[in-house]
Amino acid sequence: MNNEPILEIQNVYFTYKRQPVLDEINLALYREDFLALIGPNGGGKTTLVKLILGLLKPSRGNIFLFGKRPESVRSSVGYVPQKSTERYRDFPINVHEVVRMGCLKAHIFKKKESSPTHSIEGALESVSMSSYMHRQIGELSGGQLQRVLIARALVSNPALLIMDEPTASIDTEMEKGLYDILKDLNKKIPIIIVTHDLTAISENVNKIGCLNRYLYCHRSGEVTEEDILKTYNCPIELLAHGLPHKVLKKH
Amino acid sequence: MIDLLTYEFIQHAILAAILVSIACGIIGTYVVINRIVFISGGIAHIAFGGLGAAYYLGFNPLIGASSISLLSALGLGWMDCQGNEREDTIIGILWALGMAIGSIFISLSPGYAPDLMSYLFGSILTVSSQDLSFMLAWDLIILFFVTFFFKQFQAISYDREYARTRGIPVHALYTILLLLIAITVVMLIQVMGALLLIALITIPVTIANIFSQSIRKIMVCSFFISLVFTLSGLWLSYFFNLPSGAAIVVVAGGSYMILKGVRLKIN
Ligand SMILES: Nc1ncnc2c1ncn2[C@@H]1O[C@H](COP(=O)(O)OP(=O)(O)OP(=O)(O)O)[C@@H](O)[C@H]1O
Ligand SMILES: [Mg+2]
Repeated sequence: MNNEPILEIQNVYFTYKRQPVLDEINLALYREDFLALIGPNGGGKTTLVKLILGLLKPSRGNIFLFGKRPESVRSSVGYVPQKSTERYRDFPINVHEVVRMGCLKAHIFKKKESSPTHSIEGALESVSMSSYMHRQIGELSGGQLQRVLIARALVSNPALLIMDEPTASIDTEMEKGLYDILKDLNKKIPIIIVTHDLTAISENVNKIGCLNRYLYCHRSGEVTEEDILKTYNCPIELLAHGLPHKVLKKH
Repeated sequence: MIDLLTYEFIQHAILAAILVSIACGIIGTYVVINRIVFISGGIAHIAFGGLGAAYYLGFNPLIGASSISLLSALGLGWMDCQGNEREDTIIGILWALGMAIGSIFISLSPGYAPDLMSYLFGSILTVSSQDLSFMLAWDLIILFFVTFFFKQFQAISYDREYARTRGIPVHALYTILLLLIAITVVMLIQVMGALLLIALITIPVTIANIFSQSIRKIMVCSFFISLVFTLSGLWLSYFFNLPSGAAIVVVAGGSYMILKGVRLKIN
């Protein structure tokens, strides 16, 4: 195993208009990492994800993905966007076609697609959606759509997986199934997951990033109440409810 | 009725109906699913400005219309690239400006402007063989891009941001799509007129979408629907001496209303 980071974020600062959203972000992600990003609404999680994908440019600082500029290598990242990017319900497209989008590659004239039909089926299989293959996307429930978007991210055999609140609307069974898939995948590739579900992450991830304009990164099991408090700015009882002690170490 | 077909202008009109229906079926589908009907209408009206200017300067008006609509497509593509969110306001301004400039040039032109009505409301019965070769060329260009970039166009229409993460050159492809719309608009000016052509871009696709749910099928289906509309319009135009665009819109709009009514009744 080499020790080059897959993703390196150096002193990144980002502002949409004037208000700074991200400040002095530093992060290094290695092959074996499984990072959970947590933080309050508006904390900048989606913004950070978009910066990593090169969809936004840092106002200051540098981001290196696989040692290169994100724009040039982002097609090897599997990405599940946050639900709100969902298109109109009447868009004429079916589940198979949406998942196939995950196989699109930058080089338009390259005839061979990286993934043949069976991997689209395989990806849908892994989120238990194969029987919906030819269903119109507008006829799915919110959670089913979320599953399809997860399948789309898995289909291309990504070298890094980034999921922005993938569990937001899926049921507990699928959520468990998803973490099983992710654990398995994590043997080969690093994963970044944005989530508000602190219970689920504790046993699965090895790093936790608390993001609220500033990023505090911890190894899993070392997050303290104070860290969470600093991130969320709210009484700890609201958050710690039902949390295993593994996550929240007492001071 | 059959011997009508021996007239050259009727043959031209039928060929024109086929050629514009190809463009309408394909590009109309993208216009409707991307919800850029307003942009397409804008390009059509801006084109009228170029038409008037060329008329005044003594060029072929269609050359004026093509250059201006292609230019405006490039401009809109550039604006999109800059992330201008109030695109529709700017289109609204250019929409009126295009019409105003067109009418000023035409009123400045000496004498009577007999062609004017045909550019505003269409005249399928006066398509020349030169017009037909242009239409064929435009169709081939559209078919080329849509065949090669089908999946890419589908991806940028469905989810632009995700398409970007796949490394697809979203802005370039969107600009190409706008240029293809401009081409379609220019083809349609002849048959439908600048003021009415939006009907043939939208109505066949909307009807086709009732019966088919994939982009490919909608394209094919709306080609046939559009062909039926244009041929009926041609027939009405010939027998009642109507502007063909107006005749086509009446047939298409009427069919749409009836279908909607029937569907409401059924549900
Ligand atoms: N397009 C935008 N233009 C201007 N400001 C924005 C834009 N998108 C987000 N912001 C601001 O940036 C901040 C961070 O937003 P972001 O979407 O990254 O939050 P988040 O952590 O993903 O929140 P959530 O948990 O709600 O998804 C917010 O304060 C928001 O108001
Ligand atoms: Mg978010």
